[in-house]
Amino acid sequence: MSFLPFAIAAWLFLIGLYGIVSANNLIRAILSLTVVQSATYLVLLGIGYSKGGQAPIFADIPATSKAVDPVVQVLVLTDIVIEATVTAMLLALAVQAHKRFGSLDPQDLRALRD
Amino acid sequence: MSRRTRLLLFAIAAAGFGVVLVLGLSGLPAFGDYKGVYGNVIDGIGVTERHATDLVTALNFDIRAFDTLGEEFILFASVLGVVLILRQMRGEHDRPSQHEGDEHTFGGASEALRALSLLLIPLILAVGVYIVVHGQITPGGGFQGGVVLAAGPLAVFLAGRYLRMKIVAPHTLVELGEAAGAMGYALVGMGGLVFAGVFFKNFLPLGTPGHLLSAGQMDVASAAVGLEVSGAFLVAFSEFLDQAVAVQSSPSGSEE
Repeated sequence: MSFLPFAIAAWLFLIGLYGIVSANNLIRAILSLTVVQSATYLVLLGIGYSKGGQAPIFADIPATSKAVDPVVQVLVLTDIVIEATVTAMLLALAVQAHKRFGSLDPQDLRALRD
Repeated sequence: MSRRTRLLLFAIAAAGFGVVLVLGLSGLPAFGDYKGVYGNVIDGIGVTERHATDLVTALNFDIRAFDTLGEEFILFASVLGVVLILRQMRGEHDRPSQHEGDEHTFGGASEALRALSLLLIPLILAVGVYIVVHGQITPGGGFQGGVVLAAGPLAVFLAGRYLRMKIVAPHTLVELGEAAGAMGYALVGMGGLVFAGVFFKNFLPLGTPGHLLSAGQMDVASAAVGLEVSGAFLVAFSEFLDQAVAVQSSPSGSEE
């Protein structure tokens, strides 16, 4: 059972890659990339979890309580911000690709093949 | 390459990669069996030395504040990239308004949706400001609150008033806010350099943990980041909405 979060992370990573490879629509490929990235959240949070630890918010628990690692949580926050920026850039590129080629199917991006 | 060969190649590569990935992950300490050092150190000093009760914000805006500077400018640069990619191309021009007055209406906006959206705007803004200023006490902070704040003007768009959204959140003002937020965060770091001798070292009074004005520079840094993030998201949103609503290619263009 203790390997379950990491197994799910590996599964998310691979299923997201499959989504990118099999996508017939650029939007679907971009959303699949966000699935790949969510695997890293699980790995980071899984590493930082210590059994019986509380959230590292000491607003209403004693300052000496056992808490989980806040460092990896900050890394996840950074990760989410990066994911948002990458997604925005890729979506903008998809808009331009649709204008240029009239299609969102990666197979139809002819300039890439010539 | 046909789709079939592509998937076949992927299946082979993914099988090999999957084995290595699972092997690597199984070398990690078991879930719940925490072996780190930093986490325990931060849990120990966060409240006593930094006077913040939300240690994620304490890390973000104090202990790791320098990394957040980089993170913030990644956001800044990528929004610049979106603006650059979606710039007006040759053969494109603003679509002439077909609606009454100067308003593009949004297809699905019923009267009920309009009323509800307008009702939501003050609530969204209040929640956003609350999350920004309480970052050092409870979960939240500039990044999270900034996104909520950006959703406020977007509700004007939901209410079916796209051009009015530009009046509520004019492009120049939003861009100025974004730039001011980015600069404000860097200035917090400069303040540490000038008043405490180290870049991003806290130079403001620490106050009582759990109080609104506590934890030194975190509140100021959080507000600056909140301004920057909400500006960045609004710039990105309005670029995409411009593409959908206001821009059209010339009649000879390839658009549908």
